[in-house]
Amino acid sequence: MSHSESHALNELQTQSDNAATHGSVKDYLIGFVLSIVLTVIPFWAVMNGTLSKPTTFACIVIMAIVQIWVHLKYFLHLNFKTEEGKASSLSFIFSALIIVMVVGLSVWIIYESNAMMMY
Amino acid sequence: MSSIPTDMNIINHDAHAHEHHDTGGDTVFGFWLYLMTDCLLFASFFATYAVLYMNTAGGVSGKDIFELDFVALETAALLLSSITFGFAMIFARAQKKAATLAWLAATFALGAVFISMEIYEFNHLITHGNGPQQSAFLSAFFSLVGLHGLHVTAGLIWMATMMIEISRRGLKSATVTRLSCLSLFWHFLDVVWICVFTVVYLMGVM
Repeated sequence: MSHSESHALNELQTQSDNAATHGSVKDYLIGFVLSIVLTVIPFWAVMNGTLSKPTTFACIVIMAIVQIWVHLKYFLHLNFKTEEGKASSLSFIFSALIIVMVVGLSVWIIYESNAMMMY
Repeated sequence: MSSIPTDMNIINHDAHAHEHHDTGGDTVFGFWLYLMTDCLLFASFFATYAVLYMNTAGGVSGKDIFELDFVALETAALLLSSITFGFAMIFARAQKKAATLAWLAATFALGAVFISMEIYEFNHLITHGNGPQQSAFLSAFFSLVGLHGLHVTAGLIWMATMMIEISRRGLKSATVTRLSCLSLFWHFLDVVWICVFTVVYLMGVM
């Protein structure tokens, strides 16, 4: 293989890598439209106030989680296709686990002890 | 099947070692790991807020002070800035200097709108006697939202620096790597803002 040939191949490889790991215009547009929809729904649910409180609560929590996933996939380009994508995704999942433990368990402990002080 | 292109890739990397393609990837991954530790910082602020938000010390609660219309506009500015940064990134990878700078300027303007609105909100609260010293709720609120605001401000300073660097030196691979890190930072702050508007503002008004 001549040098110029291998260079062209390398460029092509890089381009296809870019499309997979850095996102295209289409990716950003899909992510943007989804995130607008997923922002408008919870704001509408709370500002309109016709839904019952538990339904509204469930709605905004679910919308937030879905929107975080949309941002991770379309804007931060987390994936399990490339080596780098796997490493980034796994480190995110690990952090998410720690966060659930830190926030979830702290809130649980404090609220339980608060309830015990009351009675 | 898949091992053949991978092998060729390795050979090509050796042949073009001067391009430092691998180093760029490592830098971006290292920056991602920093962002994950930053996540933990935000998580502890969220935990603090979740524990303290009901302790209003007889003062105002979220219901009294949060204006959802205003927050919706802030959110819109930040969401728009995410896609404008995405376009800046695409043009940067295509080596289009003028377009990259234009989209970065748009992103900077939207980020500046967001931060101005937040400063206005904080100023409004403080002048009406609802400063961070009034109650545990307000302390936690100012800390959490302020921490996000400080990050956005840092992002804006970084963005201004990058715009100067690009206009002077063009889009060399080291510059694009730095821009990729800023891109991660900016989109990450957007993810944090989703949690802020859900947990603080929407749940506060409910």
